[in-house]
Amino acid sequence: MTTIRKPVCSDCGWLETRTAADGRSLRFCVKHGMPRSAVDLLSEPCSDFRPLETTKTFPAQAPLPPPSPPLAPPPLFQPPDPDGFRRFLRDEKDFSLRPKLMTEREAVKRFIHSGDYVGFELYGTVRCPLSVVREVVRQRVGGLRLLGQGLMDADFLIASGLVSQLDITYVGYEAYGLSPILRRAVERGAIELAEWSNAAITWRMKAAAMGLPFLPARSMLGTDTLARSPAKTMKDPFTGMELTLLPALVLDTAVIHVHRADKFGNCQIDGISGFAVEMSRACKRLIVSAEEIVDTEVFRRKPERTVIPYFLVDAVVEAPFGAHPGETCGAYRRDEPHIKSYLEATRSEEATRKYLDETVHGVKDHAGYLKRVGASRLRALKVRPDER
Amino acid sequence: MSAEKANAVERLACTAARLMKGRTTVFIGTGVPMLAASLARALYAPSLIPVFEFGGVGSTLERLPLAVGESNSFRRGVAAMGICDVMEAAQRGVVRDGFLGGAQIDPYGNLNTTVIGPYGAPAVRLPGSGGANDVGSLCWRTIIIMKHERKRFVPKVDFLTTPGYLDGPGARERAGLPPETGPYRVVTDLAVFDFEPTSKRMRLIALNPGETVERVVAETGFPFPVAAKVARNADPTALELKTLRLKIDPEKVFL
Repeated sequence: MTTIRKPVCSDCGWLETRTAADGRSLRFCVKHGMPRSAVDLLSEPCSDFRPLETTKTFPAQAPLPPPSPPLAPPPLFQPPDPDGFRRFLRDEKDFSLRPKLMTEREAVKRFIHSGDYVGFELYGTVRCPLSVVREVVRQRVGGLRLLGQGLMDADFLIASGLVSQLDITYVGYEAYGLSPILRRAVERGAIELAEWSNAAITWRMKAAAMGLPFLPARSMLGTDTLARSPAKTMKDPFTGMELTLLPALVLDTAVIHVHRADKFGNCQIDGISGFAVEMSRACKRLIVSAEEIVDTEVFRRKPERTVIPYFLVDAVVEAPFGAHPGETCGAYRRDEPHIKSYLEATRSEEATRKYLDETVHGVKDHAGYLKRVGASRLRALKVRPDER
Repeated sequence: MSAEKANAVERLACTAARLMKGRTTVFIGTGVPMLAASLARALYAPSLIPVFEFGGVGSTLERLPLAVGESNSFRRGVAAMGICDVMEAAQRGVVRDGFLGGAQIDPYGNLNTTVIGPYGAPAVRLPGSGGANDVGSLCWRTIIIMKHERKRFVPKVDFLTTPGYLDGPGARERAGLPPETGPYRVVTDLAVFDFEPTSKRMRLIALNPGETVERVVAETGFPFPVAAKVARNADPTALELKTLRLKIDPEKVFL
């Protein structure tokens, strides 16, 4: 029996025959699915249909350099302990419905101690709980082990010498480039690093949230990212597939900034939620800072909107513009001039110190910080409903 | 519209945008991929589904996102989810094309965004993997967008952050990465490369207008095969340039 193979495009996996107006039969790459006017921009049939032949190698093939010595994996900064976490949640966590409103100062004093493993939820400059970060810097809580899907939080803490170990996925300013503070600290060897990918670090928290010691994944395999992380690999007993094993990550204290919370700690986030869900369930203590404190009725009316229920939360801090100079989606934009001048300052240690002296140590609290920034400037950053 | 010549970034964005077709899910990283996806959606791929790593899915991209987690990454989108939703979708095979950049690339399409120099004593500490390793591991195809410079196109990356074909044919599968995945194209401001099926090494398949094979050789730190027929990329059209300059990035954040 002969198998008739449809013409297959290596690009989209499928070609479709259509009859053109003049009666010609044309093969279209279905994936194009484009308006007629765009035809001249894309070749048809799909240019990938015929595999290309190679004629020459230019210049002649040279051997690759020899492999470099294997990289030693770093230690696991926060080893998984699911049973310990269970016992902590049974014995230490108070699930009662009680008001938890407090200031940044009190929340940091009570829940962030030197040597703790901490994490701040954010994506880039978005929704980073910077009012709490600034308070940690103000109180100089040192020897922290930090979750490094971070940015200005990591910068402030590293520049103040408060971080000893960093589980890093990404610390950088996207369009604005590298973080000079991270560069200086790492190039000097001042902090110990372990490498992860964004999915890996989130799945580590997901494993903890599920009460498991690890989760398998298909990321990081075959790379130096894996070699420079304490993750391990194993063969799956069911399929024989090679998998990365990501150790569960339980944070001592997590800090998450949300759009609105009530005094008990119920939280809503507008728009994308990043890794707030996983992080809020993978920590022993949780500090929430909120743009506004609202009545519990807001949550009772729309319980499906609650991203973090109150019993996960230990402290609620009211922090309008809590992510400034970053943004909170739908509420206010990021303060571009401030961020640009901050990045300018990070180029030298002296200017960085000066920036932190003025914006962190030079003010008493978040209210003082906002006053320093100025009400009119903050008002200008607000997103109007018609701009959303 | 002035007939001003396209700059390197505009060229990269136009070539990359032409690779984004029809009803595909595309994983968009920071920078040129954002420009390219916005251009593709505006001109010839209105049903493109852009996916951003922190949870934005299906944005219309009428306003250019400047970061992978900002409002425009999910503005007028079909879903605003979290990082797990998106990464798990990629892991189960839903996300077709991933667009990435890097500081260094080797002949097998491996990328480095972690350190320049030895890991223990780096000359430059870069931001790290971020979502890049996940995109390179889990999407069906990776499309790499880079500025073509000899110091970036190196025989061996200082640190292998994101997997290409690792050290050759079959290496991805041996490491456990999902089969039938890997780098598909490398788009540079000089040329376009694919990966030769037998050796999995970068192969020159198209040149930008005015560029020569010799120029590409001079700017590439390793030998590469050349396709029997090297295509010529079309110049960015007036419409593409106008759309990029006036509609997509009038404030010239990336351009």
